[in-house]
Amino acid sequence: MRPFTYERATDAQAAVKAVAENPGARFLAGGTNLLDLMKLEIEAPTHLVDVGRLPFAGIEETDEGGLRIGGAMTNARLAAHPKVRERYPVLTRAILAGASGQLRNKATTAGNLLQRTRCDYFYDTTKPCNKRQPGSGCSALGGPTGYGAIFGASEACIATHTSDMAVAMTALDASVETMTPDGGVRTIKVEALHLLPEATPQVETQLAAGELITAVVLPPPPLGGQAYAKVRDRASYAHGLAMVAVAGGRVAFGAVAHKPWRAAQAEAALAAGASPAEAAAAEMAGADADDRRTHKIALVRRLAAATIEDAGSAR
Amino acid sequence: MTSVADWAEPNPVTENRSGVIGKGVDRYEGALKVSGTAPYAYDTVAPSPPAIGVLVTASIPRGRVTSVDVAAAEAAPGVQLVWSHLNAPKQAPRGARANPRSQRASNPALASDRVEYFGQTIAFVVADTFENARAAADLVKVEYAPEPAVVDFLASFDQATLPPDEEDVHIGDFPGAYGAAPVTIDETYFSPLQNHVQMEPCATVAWWEGDKVTVHTSIQMVKGGQHALAETLAIPSTDVHLLTRYIGGGFGGKGQPYDDLILSALAARALGRPVKVAYTRQQMFHGTIHRPAVSMRVRLGAEPNGRLTAFAVEAVTHCARAATFTEHAANFSRNLYAAPNRLTGHRLVRMDLPHAGPMRAPGEAPGMLSLECAMDELAEKLGLDPIELRIRNEPDIDPETGKPFSIRQLVRCMTEGAQRFGWERRNPVPGQVRDGRWMVGMGMAAAIRGNFLLPAKAGVRIDADGTITLRQGMTDIGTGTYTILAQITAETMGVPLSQVKVEIGDSDFPPAPGSGGQFGAATAGSAAFEAGMNLRRALTELAVGDPNSPLYGGPAEYVTFENGVIAIENRSETLAALVARAAPDGVYVEGSIAPAADARDYSQHTYGAHFAEVGVNMVTGEVRMRKMFGVFAAGRILNAKTAKSQITGGMIWGVGTALTESNAVDPRFGSFVAQDMAEYLAPVHADIVDLDAMFLDEADDKANPMGIKGVGELGIAGAGAAIANAIYNATGVRLRDYPMTPDKVLAGLMAKGL
Repeated sequence: MRPFTYERATDAQAAVKAVAENPGARFLAGGTNLLDLMKLEIEAPTHLVDVGRLPFAGIEETDEGGLRIGGAMTNARLAAHPKVRERYPVLTRAILAGASGQLRNKATTAGNLLQRTRCDYFYDTTKPCNKRQPGSGCSALGGPTGYGAIFGASEACIATHTSDMAVAMTALDASVETMTPDGGVRTIKVEALHLLPEATPQVETQLAAGELITAVVLPPPPLGGQAYAKVRDRASYAHGLAMVAVAGGRVAFGAVAHKPWRAAQAEAALAAGASPAEAAAAEMAGADADDRRTHKIALVRRLAAATIEDAGSAR
Repeated sequence: MTSVADWAEPNPVTENRSGVIGKGVDRYEGALKVSGTAPYAYDTVAPSPPAIGVLVTASIPRGRVTSVDVAAAEAAPGVQLVWSHLNAPKQAPRGARANPRSQRASNPALASDRVEYFGQTIAFVVADTFENARAAADLVKVEYAPEPAVVDFLASFDQATLPPDEEDVHIGDFPGAYGAAPVTIDETYFSPLQNHVQMEPCATVAWWEGDKVTVHTSIQMVKGGQHALAETLAIPSTDVHLLTRYIGGGFGGKGQPYDDLILSALAARALGRPVKVAYTRQQMFHGTIHRPAVSMRVRLGAEPNGRLTAFAVEAVTHCARAATFTEHAANFSRNLYAAPNRLTGHRLVRMDLPHAGPMRAPGEAPGMLSLECAMDELAEKLGLDPIELRIRNEPDIDPETGKPFSIRQLVRCMTEGAQRFGWERRNPVPGQVRDGRWMVGMGMAAAIRGNFLLPAKAGVRIDADGTITLRQGMTDIGTGTYTILAQITAETMGVPLSQVKVEIGDSDFPPAPGSGGQFGAATAGSAAFEAGMNLRRALTELAVGDPNSPLYGGPAEYVTFENGVIAIENRSETLAALVARAAPDGVYVEGSIAPAADARDYSQHTYGAHFAEVGVNMVTGEVRMRKMFGVFAAGRILNAKTAKSQITGGMIWGVGTALTESNAVDPRFGSFVAQDMAEYLAPVHADIVDLDAMFLDEADDKANPMGIKGVGELGIAGAGAAIANAIYNATGVRLRDYPMTPDKVLAGLMAKGL
């Protein structure tokens, strides 16, 4: 780990300024991802601005009938919140499907969204990786395991975003509110927050340097049922092989792309009266994978059909 | 020499008058461990603050180091030394054994410019803090001349050869009998490369006083570590004091010394201050041993009534070029089922991978994944219940050697287990039982693991306050060794457990072979028992010879030891009173155990039967455990709690074997893909549901004076096969490629149109 300086932010705007003005600075919240990456020197910030104690840890009703979730609220508290459990069960289920109890106690809402994408080769610093060293190549492509993106992958990167929470938020049409370095406030849909890898996989979100997520806003719960499903190699504490969230007529997938994947084709098919299986097939027609990942296409198709069906019966 | 007949006489342990033998008493060191105060190696407080060493490891599988640029590392804050093969202290060449009786040979670090595997130590940095050492280690710039490497096991079978000093075992005429058999099975099963993933990484703290070095390390074998360090440094083993008091998991992976031991000692000498070194989690995967992948072909020929006529288990496995090791995956099958015509053997591919070595029941763990599924396949072909098929092939004598069994309760394990598990609930037709989206099935498998005794010593002393202290160069790798040694000593001496202290993990103590191969309890325990018996004799002599003792004059043959009291009928005194008066400095004796001269005249094993119930998700192919139960016969059980914990722990590793554990080799780099515990998937709590096990009453009087055997490996042997058979019963999908992950199961379901 490289030496770094640390400050505990007491003022949000000052924190934003501190990070925006220092190219080596990073926000620190729960640290459940950043600290691991620092130990491996995959991330090597020179300065950390701890935003974990800024007053963004609460939850409040919005005028529209939704919820505004503070960016610093822990995953554990968010999942357990009575209003979330009652009105957004897909979100509670998604959060509880992720990580472990210990990690959820530390990890925050904003930090969860901003966790780095997952890939064995991103973590193995002896290997080329376009995220760590742009231009060095993608070692995962052609590698021996079947993890990796089946939507929107590029020659530069096949890593996937494996947040469970973000998949549910995408299905719920949630937005993030940010504080920008110029003192403004910006609202971005969660489904638009993350970027596809294209030629610059090292850029994972559309946030500007220093831009701080202060809240996630959930619109009122959609009409219709909600359901969440995650497939994993073991029963807990494993990254998903595939995730599907359904909220009313909206459908999102996880662990299939560089970002939480809104299944727009499936939604359109459902709106047109398609069956769950037909809707799932409609989305998967756009999937693309090499031989080692083709099994994922079948897996996601089956999981999506079953989860849409479950949401329907949960109505 | 001793004969097994000498062990048949009743003795304090087999009589078990106080009842402490077998009782599920709490772990001797349990409170220290759960309160975080047991000092593991890295926690050891050295006489002065230690410097911290960090290993720098190779990023190619084979070749030469052509340059090492240490300038930036040497200039980094806090750095005290940077070593590579260019400037590391001279050590004895690899394999050197100046003392022919050394249990391990020289194992130098940084000995040459050769890179033999990915993750090999190629440089070493010591700094004032861990952070500085790690940062500096990252500044060491190494260049290589890579050479072609063989790292793809499945593509290298053409290079397979017989392991050294080994021939195939042919009995009868296998090809003839197999060709003539009316019912046959010929299938190949694959068990992948696996890692130990002990919670505690390898770690050592070392310091010198004059010519003597003290090392606190994490190793399963005290003498092996002491001798390896002495040989490597070319110093007498009496100059090495090795301590390994608490070990956070071994699983076979810490049966040998690693570079933390050697380099901490060398650096502590060079710097004149204590040095401590630990492997990182990532370094553990490549820098220590792993279980090699095994491909196993099983051929069975049977009569329509199920009697096996032909039987072959052939295993192909791999090891590192420079470190010969054979995963003896076929050996267990030589003693399991009757069949007149037999073929068993191994082939070895030498590769440029990290060193393969023993891991959690080497041999049985991967090996039984093949035969115990093949028997299930044969049972179905014959229309027989899998238990009935096994009963029909139960041998009267060892099927390979013809020797009598010391005791064999395999059939009882299966029938008792079937009853308690509810085997009759199993629908023999696969794919019939549903629970919502889950297909439900049951499977079983047999378990077998050899039992043997090694030479060992123990020392026991009684002090004037009556405290009895057992001392032994033994280890406890989390299995309960401390506890069972205390129980044996308490029962042998007729004192309450609270009066017994156990001190182990120290090379100054009488030697025991350590923990491994499930020989620990029997070996170390028998030596402790013999030491206790010697102490009884010494105290008897002391009492009957002491005119101030109520026991004065004897007769010695009537002396009893109970409740801390030595007595002859109604004449008695406490042990404390006797020692305080007659031997105020205490009494210390040693005892030893060795295999009986005729021990090998018996086929001696532990046995068991595993039962598993699984659910298979029809949508996703996920397999989840619903129930797991095992019945085991493993000699006299010393501690119901620790034995059950150990055996169910083995069963849990069986869950890992069947469902999740595997590390892929990336053939482009010669490295393992998973390098942390988020990616290398051992079972977690949520994977384990309704797990239980029981032991049959047993005492094996051919095993040792106490009639005990080991339970360290038995629990995993066959466990994964029971799960694989349950998956088949649930789905009708027969997978032979472990682990049975959702992608493989789903492909099987889809191939069946599900």
